[in-house]
Amino acid sequence: MHSSADSNAPIISISASRKKAILKKMIQIRQFEERAGELFHQKLIPGFIHLSIGQEASTVGSCASLRPDDYIISTHRGHAHILAKGADPKYMFAELLGKKTGYCKGKGGSMHIADFSLGILGANGVVGGGFPIMVGAGMSIKLRKTDQVGMVFFGDGASNRGTFHEAANMAAVFKLPIIFVCENNNYASTSHAKVMVAGGSIAARAKAYDMPGYTVDGSNVLDVLEVVQRAVDLARSGGGPSIVETATYRYRGHFEGDRQEYRTIQEINAHRMHRDPIARFEKLLVAYNTINLDYIVKIWHETAEDIEKAIHFGMESPLPAPEDALKGLFVNS
Amino acid sequence: MRTRQISVSKAIVEALTEEMQRDESIFIIGEDLVSHGGIFNQFKGLPALFKDRIIDTPISETSIVGCGVGAALTGMRPIVDMHFADFVTTAMDEIVNQMAKIRYMFGGQAKVPMVLWAPDGGGISAAAQHSQSLGTWFVHTPGPKVAVPSARAAVKGLLKAAIRDDDPVMFFQHKKLFGKRGAVPEEEYVIPLGKAAVKRKGKDITIITYSRMTSVCLEAGRRLADIGIEAEVIDLRTLKPLDFPAIAESVQKTCCAMVVHEACLTGGFGGEIAACIGEELFDYLAAPVMRIGAKDVPMPFSPVMENFVLPQVEDVCACAEKIMKRKRK
Repeated sequence: MHSSADSNAPIISISASRKKAILKKMIQIRQFEERAGELFHQKLIPGFIHLSIGQEASTVGSCASLRPDDYIISTHRGHAHILAKGADPKYMFAELLGKKTGYCKGKGGSMHIADFSLGILGANGVVGGGFPIMVGAGMSIKLRKTDQVGMVFFGDGASNRGTFHEAANMAAVFKLPIIFVCENNNYASTSHAKVMVAGGSIAARAKAYDMPGYTVDGSNVLDVLEVVQRAVDLARSGGGPSIVETATYRYRGHFEGDRQEYRTIQEINAHRMHRDPIARFEKLLVAYNTINLDYIVKIWHETAEDIEKAIHFGMESPLPAPEDALKGLFVNS
Repeated sequence: MRTRQISVSKAIVEALTEEMQRDESIFIIGEDLVSHGGIFNQFKGLPALFKDRIIDTPISETSIVGCGVGAALTGMRPIVDMHFADFVTTAMDEIVNQMAKIRYMFGGQAKVPMVLWAPDGGGISAAAQHSQSLGTWFVHTPGPKVAVPSARAAVKGLLKAAIRDDDPVMFFQHKKLFGKRGAVPEEEYVIPLGKAAVKRKGKDITIITYSRMTSVCLEAGRRLADIGIEAEVIDLRTLKPLDFPAIAESVQKTCCAMVVHEACLTGGFGGEIAACIGEELFDYLAAPVMRIGAKDVPMPFSPVMENFVLPQVEDVCACAEKIMKRKRK
């Protein structure tokens, strides 16, 4: 059951306000990531960060199909997933800056942000580390007999981990309500999926587990939403798991500072110019008279202001006390 | 407490039945649980009592452990059966990078109340890949608590404490204990994690041990008494948390100590305890702290070699006598 959404299909029937919210979320993520990159290069963010600029449609389209009580598990390239599930950028910036007010009190940093109150079971720094945990969340949903679903994000690189195979098999065997969303941005760190993914298609692997597999244009947010919504509806109604592979692209390196000798600037620019998910969606919404150019300018401006406020919160927040490092390992510590 | 004679497997079934009746969020997941009742019969009868809560899985240890983590994060209290402790190696990321770290790494937002049940140890000719004692690996990983019960009553009481604990507990139960029979209290009881037991009182030397080596050390204690050495035998019951006050109390009295474990000697828990005693109790010591562990080779198959590799009663006695000879008056 390997299908793909038709990218020329008419705009799917969701309300204008929902479309605006989707656009706004994509812009928020873009601005969050760009500013995070700047703060990193200003040496205000310690460690290293992985940005997902260019992948906004894939992430926002996927999360737009979820309810607040649904679960997600994210990856090392996870800021966008966390924001798309509703996290507050101010606690995220505080975490990136290593502050006490961050989501994880400064213990997690860029690769390990979670908000369990929003169903975000965390970004996982181990590539492919999220699959088995999502099997557990799916099993928990089944045992508790709720109609929640779980969505586990991963990249083309993680599709080659054994955890993917084990989790896909177990999710299928137990008919767990899980949506495997592969954001195929072509590169596992420095290695191209063409070289590393046998068979060429990750969605096609779904067939082996007797579950639906979809490939979709990951720079078209409504296509992503439509396809992922199908998978979510199936999972929620007890029909079991699906794999959705979104064809997407990251504009930045694997990490900030990556020399990117594995690809050309022309390749990146071609994506930026012709397949930018935000520009495409803005054009579409203007063409259908859902919004006008003034609205677009306004939304970029407002979102930028909010992001600056969030950064300000993070910058002004106190650092943790060094001995806070000894707290929180156990429930009573 | 009134007791009766039952096997360890039966004591386990009792503990699980009592806990699962008390708390609906507990479930057991692993391989061969339903049709077989667990490879050591430790789940016998449970599938009939708790139909959907005993879950057989494909042979996918990585996902079985991960499943425990994910379920624990979302409101359940899973008991994950590893079949053999040796197979933790197939789920090291899930144990070390996920289960152990998730609570801390996410700033204490979540808890991971799961039990990872790992039957360990040698002495049954199971050879190199089914005989290891690996508990110490996880003591070196901040996060999990590590239980190492020694006998019937301790298995039941510690298992109940492990299930009720809100943090992940790795439960290394020696395989040779499953079939053993012995006295188990009739009424409900729980043994807190982090509380050692003095299994034999003595004034001359402290023998610190855990798991199956407890019974080996108790036998050594009887033999040593015959030659006039009164050994105090301490069963740690958990390696983490470690009941160091119990060790200190004994060593302050006997002024010498040895540690006995079935795990390999080098890098083993004996070294950790010896260091703690050296740091905290140096002024009390009248002899060096000695260690006994398995010889540093993978477990050989043939019983004659396996017995040679594993610590025996004679080894414990010889070491105790050696310490007593060196002990300053």
